Amino acid sequence: MERYDERAINKLEVTAVKIRKHIIEMLYKAGSGHPGGSLSAVDAIVALYFAHMTHNPKKPSDPNRDRFILSKGHAAPALYSVLAESGYFSVNELKNLREINCMLQGHPARLYTPGIEASTGSLGHGLSFANGVALAGKLDEKKYNVYVMLGDGETDEGQIWEAASSASNYKLDNLTAFIDRNFLQIDGNTEEVMRLESVRDRWESFGWHVIEIDGHDMEQILEALHEADNHKKTPSLIILNTVKGKGVSFMENNVDFHGVPPNEMEYNLAMGELDALQKKLEASN
Amino acid sequence: MMNPRNAYGEKLIELGKKHSNLVVLDADLSKSTKTIMFAKKYPKRFFEMGIAEANMISAAAGFASCGKIAFASTFAVFATGRVYDQIRMDVAYSRANVKIFATHGGISVGKDGASHQMIEDIALMRVLPNMTVLAPSDATQTGKIVELMAETEGPMYARVGRANAPIIYEKEYVNSIELGRGMIVEDGSDITLIACGTMVDPVMDAQKRLAKQGIHARVIDMHTIKPLDKKLVIKCAKETGAIITAEEHSIIGGLGSAVAETIAENNLSVKFKRMGIKDVFCESGDPKDLLEKYGLNENHIVKNVKNLLKD
Repeated sequence: MERYDERAINKLEVTAVKIRKHIIEMLYKAGSGHPGGSLSAVDAIVALYFAHMTHNPKKPSDPNRDRFILSKGHAAPALYSVLAESGYFSVNELKNLREINCMLQGHPARLYTPGIEASTGSLGHGLSFANGVALAGKLDEKKYNVYVMLGDGETDEGQIWEAASSASNYKLDNLTAFIDRNFLQIDGNTEEVMRLESVRDRWESFGWHVIEIDGHDMEQILEALHEADNHKKTPSLIILNTVKGKGVSFMENNVDFHGVPPNEMEYNLAMGELDALQKKLEASN
Repeated sequence: MMNPRNAYGEKLIELGKKHSNLVVLDADLSKSTKTIMFAKKYPKRFFEMGIAEANMISAAAGFASCGKIAFASTFAVFATGRVYDQIRMDVAYSRANVKIFATHGGISVGKDGASHQMIEDIALMRVLPNMTVLAPSDATQTGKIVELMAETEGPMYARVGRANAPIIYEKEYVNSIELGRGMIVEDGSDITLIACGTMVDPVMDAQKRLAKQGIHARVIDMHTIKPLDKKLVIKCAKETGAIITAEEHSIIGGLGSAVAETIAENNLSVKFKRMGIKDVFCESGDPKDLLEKYGLNENHIVKNVKNLLKD
């Protein structure tokens, strides 16, 4: 609690709950989508947009902006909610998620939505895209940083390791990747589907600076980002130890909510829990 | 004779000077694709991505998102089939200003065999929305096409072959080369031969031989397969009543298919034949022998023209 103001942290925590409510609301209305991995990735995305990155919602193409790339594109509801709350577009748009003639596609689409850097949804591309952005930043001597959110299951993809190699080879210290380490992918536990451990050893052996934190702790997230930005000569990886479905009791660690939206009863229960959590956080401020 | 690959390398240097935002990526084949020429001149703007084509294509899209004109090169087989999903998502769907320039297209790659003989690339790229698909024929046209790629916004794919190619266009014809406009290389009224890339030259040889025998073929160099110059196809169909397409590519999905679609949808009654690889994988061998065995040389063109007109 030294570097970060307690009130500021509390405010971020409240924002993260609001984003979680948006996610549940959007997915319930859309009748499809991915709650689990959206809820686990929320806190880091909130920290980036509301406390860390240099960005201007009114100038989404500003050449000096920091960039965030959601490589695990199925967590789109989390990013859309954050972009809306940041002012990239109206919060009213959120209710149209996945509807025809809407700017919010099922997975992020660069040409549709202000603030979306890369079209993702097919896993494994985002880190490579980020390599290009980071290399361009170095070439142009820009000060911006590039952040990428990877799913843990996503790192099954071979392309991730091509990108991990080139980021290290080109000493892209303006690039930081997160792994949303929630241990679940569609077919089950990541260690049973396709073993990933040791995640730290793997990335360190590729030449990355690895930081491991509680991915739901705002202060730890901000400290890790600070460390990553200041680490020179290699790219950084922040392993976010997270809980899939975080914030909604019956979705937590429940793989059934990877790609299934809440029904009416579940929606009401989830919103009740999140309302209570928001009130509690607001009261503690 | 000049190699279109060299024309690519030389043009990249010229464009590198003109456009400070032009970057080039390669996947460990820069000596073959000739991007090494750019690399030597502009080392800071050349990015060796290693044998990792997927990473190269997505990274090129990342560059493009920062306002760069991003050229990415490797052999046609690795530049398309291997990285189809990356091109689909990061380049075509995102309408990224990425220019994929592939070399070693077609079967005249020769002895490396079917693994390296790309005969599906045009089909793969043609079905992608937003994608422009190009197959220039000689060095002059290649140079101009590369320039147009750099200076026209949007995702583009171009392929050339491996071998040296005779010069078809003298320098003064450069300005008549436009994206999306087929070129009438020889005029004639008995039949139209529409070719692209490496097949333009043998088609021209066949045209000369046919002329001596009293058959006057029109030759179209259709360097842009997408968007196809439909007006020209329709005009040729009406004026000559017979069309043969020729490409060093599968007969499915490439130039022949594009022309056939245009003919069919415009109620044109013409004699028609597609020349290309007939839905098979080819094999190792001398390029000349391969083109003979798989039906893609001057002799086969002459024979096909006569057969079609005889019916």
